[in-house]
Amino acid sequence: MTDALLELQDVAITYATRGGEVEAIRRLSLRLEPDEALGLVGESGCGKSTVALSIVRYLGRTGRIARGRILFEGRDLATVGDAELRALRGRRIAMVYQDPMASLNPVMTVGRQLMEVPMIHDGAGADAARRRALAMLGEVKLSDPEAVMDRYPHQLSGGQQQRIVIAMALIAEPALLIMDEPTTGLDVTVEAAVLDLVRELRRRHRSAIVFISHNLGTVARVCDRIGVMYRGELVEDGPVRRIFSDPRHPYTRGLLDCLPTLGRDKRHAPLVPIPGHLESSSSRPSGCGFAARCVHVEPARCTVGPIPLAPIDGDAGHRAACVRAAELPVWSRRRAEAPAAGAAVASTALVATEHLGKLYRPRRGLFGRRRPGVRALSDVDLAAGRRQTLAIVGESGCGKSTLAKVLAGIEVASEGRVSLDGVEIGGLGIDARDRRLKRKLQMVFQNPDSTLNPSHTVGYAIGRALRRLRGGAPADAAAGVARLLEVVKLSPAMAGRRPRQLSGGEKQRVAIARALAGDPDVIVADEPVSALDVSVQAAIVNLLAELQAARGTTLIFISHDLAVVRYLADHVAVMYLGAVAEFGPVERVFAPPWHPYTEALLSAVPVPDPDAVGGRIVLEGAVPRATERPRGCPFATRCPRKVGAVCDDTPPPVQRLADGHRLVCHIPAAELQRLQRMIAGP
Amino acid sequence: MPPTPATAEALAVPSPAAARRRARGWWRRLAAVGDSTPATVGVAVILFWLAMAALAPVVAPYAPNATDLAALAHTTPSKAHWLGTDHLGRDLLSRILWGARPVLVIAPLAVLGATALGCLLGLAAGYKGGWIDLVVTRACDIVLSFPVIILYMIILTHFGSSAWNIVGVLTLTKAPIIARIVRGLTLDLREREYVTAAKMRGESALYIMFVEILPNARGPLIVDMCLRTGYNIIIIGVLGFLGIGLPPPDPDWGGMVKDTYGMMMVWPHMALVPCAAISSLVVGFNLLAVGLREIGLRD
Repeated sequence: MTDALLELQDVAITYATRGGEVEAIRRLSLRLEPDEALGLVGESGCGKSTVALSIVRYLGRTGRIARGRILFEGRDLATVGDAELRALRGRRIAMVYQDPMASLNPVMTVGRQLMEVPMIHDGAGADAARRRALAMLGEVKLSDPEAVMDRYPHQLSGGQQQRIVIAMALIAEPALLIMDEPTTGLDVTVEAAVLDLVRELRRRHRSAIVFISHNLGTVARVCDRIGVMYRGELVEDGPVRRIFSDPRHPYTRGLLDCLPTLGRDKRHAPLVPIPGHLESSSSRPSGCGFAARCVHVEPARCTVGPIPLAPIDGDAGHRAACVRAAELPVWSRRRAEAPAAGAAVASTALVATEHLGKLYRPRRGLFGRRRPGVRALSDVDLAAGRRQTLAIVGESGCGKSTLAKVLAGIEVASEGRVSLDGVEIGGLGIDARDRRLKRKLQMVFQNPDSTLNPSHTVGYAIGRALRRLRGGAPADAAAGVARLLEVVKLSPAMAGRRPRQLSGGEKQRVAIARALAGDPDVIVADEPVSALDVSVQAAIVNLLAELQAARGTTLIFISHDLAVVRYLADHVAVMYLGAVAEFGPVERVFAPPWHPYTEALLSAVPVPDPDAVGGRIVLEGAVPRATERPRGCPFATRCPRKVGAVCDDTPPPVQRLADGHRLVCHIPAAELQRLQRMIAGP
Repeated sequence: MPPTPATAEALAVPSPAAARRRARGWWRRLAAVGDSTPATVGVAVILFWLAMAALAPVVAPYAPNATDLAALAHTTPSKAHWLGTDHLGRDLLSRILWGARPVLVIAPLAVLGATALGCLLGLAAGYKGGWIDLVVTRACDIVLSFPVIILYMIILTHFGSSAWNIVGVLTLTKAPIIARIVRGLTLDLREREYVTAAKMRGESALYIMFVEILPNARGPLIVDMCLRTGYNIIIIGVLGFLGIGLPPPDPDWGGMVKDTYGMMMVWPHMALVPCAAISSLVVGFNLLAVGLREIGLRD
């Protein structure tokens, strides 16, 4: 075995808190060979970021390396002096964080920031540094590097910013690159492009990578080896193919089982959430940290003594920290057995929009010129039947949240009609809706941290909604609160808690209970699971599906995550720049013929399977600004299947196919189908 | 802090367990003050002055306005007069203790008044926006653009100087600052999803402002109230020093400095003792504010 580039030996990291020292990392050993990419995955709070920060000793004032050695090129980083550490940081070890805006200095041009790295670390002159910066910008595939050099960070899109940060990290040719959730804030098409870039640069620069992510799909795309972390310990590690084909730790299996993928839907391959939730690191039991949530637990064996990582089948490359690793049943990936066919039952539309448009007119200042309005929605025709789920997907800025706001009455439509159970509501702001209408349509929001008022108890939040929407005495409300909490599978004793005492998933359940208080016909859910960990996400998605089945609620589910949409939806609308590109039953939309945009979105979804094949479409450029909508097809500026000038000049026709499937494209559906069959395969 | 309507409603169904939990919650919050050194020192200083003010009739060795002509020969601290006497032979210690009373009533009252008015204006401006916002922010700017001392002199000489009038001018000149803070917080808080949820169930604007938004602005607001109390104590001292504070002969810390600062070169203690009293109380409130901010950041 060659010398490892990085080796962590029995590392323990503690944070000092008011309640005493808390062990964030209990005992962790791992090796990273030169030019190897290791992915660290796990739910939030499992300690994966702490590991990354400890390598460069960015643990802050409260954190400290309590035990163990962190060997980098033979030197122990836990004990080297500050001067030596400074020389290593940025030069031999570089970091890329989640939020690129926080890594870039807003008052310096990106060119100067890039040039600083070789000037400081290698003592390069300004000219040489500039040449290297330009070359690096070309390598991260930014078009027109000369122009980009003179821009300030805020003049670039999120994807471009992250490319700059990656360029800054690689310009010093580091031996080790640490990436902490580098694509989490990005849209799925941008994420795909950045991941491809990382793969390519890795090969060229021969840097080793520690890649931290909560998303198994992104890790599968970039890494050679995966380490799965749980409660500050590595519970399994091994080559990426082995982990995905033969996971041996029940937690790894749980993560894979609760992950929605494009092949799963609620009827054929239900998600299996991991029971319970991640407990805090402070109260760690002896034995396996996962025992309390494990379905394979054997009390006598699992809770005694520390359980070390042991090689699987004598292969030191694949290890799991489970006493039952060898005896667990064979695992297989859950997939839909048969492609679902026409399962959606046609029903009368409960919610429908016709030619819905929304134009934001900026207010004119006292001396200001008249600025053009921003068209957030144009000509949106959608329908959702009773008991059905209509999913709306698209990247940020596609108008999906505006649509939710118009439905909810937070914004008022500027054109067209919206009907709810036969009543026209498009022109009715929330204050103009009577109580009956308010009861019929309620919302679930995205951010678990701001969906509940931190000053109010759970019981008050739900009880107030009950009283406002149903009326009745406060005494009845208490019983109603308990009933609703049970509906969302929370204990009625939670009524006395405040939001800060709840986990993200629990908050979102309370928010769902609050939305259910008026017994609504329609729930509009705006990205309700996108801020949650996968295991929690699975439970919430299942809850929504169950509630819908039990109560016959229509769900309008807004999401950027195609896998979740595939799982939950009956009908899907794909939106781009405020217009519907494709609409139809979920089976139709997720099978060819696709709108070129749908095709690009689908191919960008990170698939948690390293052997996934299929043509990859990487969209170039950014979404045009809403003030500069193209005259013809909105997607024409980025479309990989653009046919010519007609796309730029003429708005595309609506093609109506079987089962109410609609495509808005100049290319005939039959032609699209032929083109896409060739690359999609079976 | 007064109970918000929310907590009041939650209390409507009293259960012993809930009451115990609530009591524990309050106790925890008090204990948190003990965790922060600045907050502890601040509370100790404030409590000391509160106790002295409350017990002045018992503790003070002399009546505040009693003159001891015999002491005039030796005004410096002595066994009979621990802190010495002023130029009229009045016991400084007694006057300081009695002088704490008006300060500790006027300054907090004015802060409460300014906070109430400021919250009302700030919430309305921040939540409603539009012309209400325009009118409120411009009105606040106008008040804030005056040199306050001149404003005090104009108002107090016109209406006469009394405790109530001082509370009034302090409320009026401090409310715009609070209104700005509350407006800023409201602009942020009104975009929270729970506010949208409240609108979706048809809550009134008043309910949203006072029950959904205001309780979440309380953290920075309480810190600011502590700071503001300290500043008010300084201003009361300044007013006294300018001769438009509380009317003589009752002891007023600022007035005591005014009466004796001319004799600074000969008998410095006469002016320095009331100055020290003012400073210590202001520092007490500032330390409490610093500590509360620290505690707020930690949670």
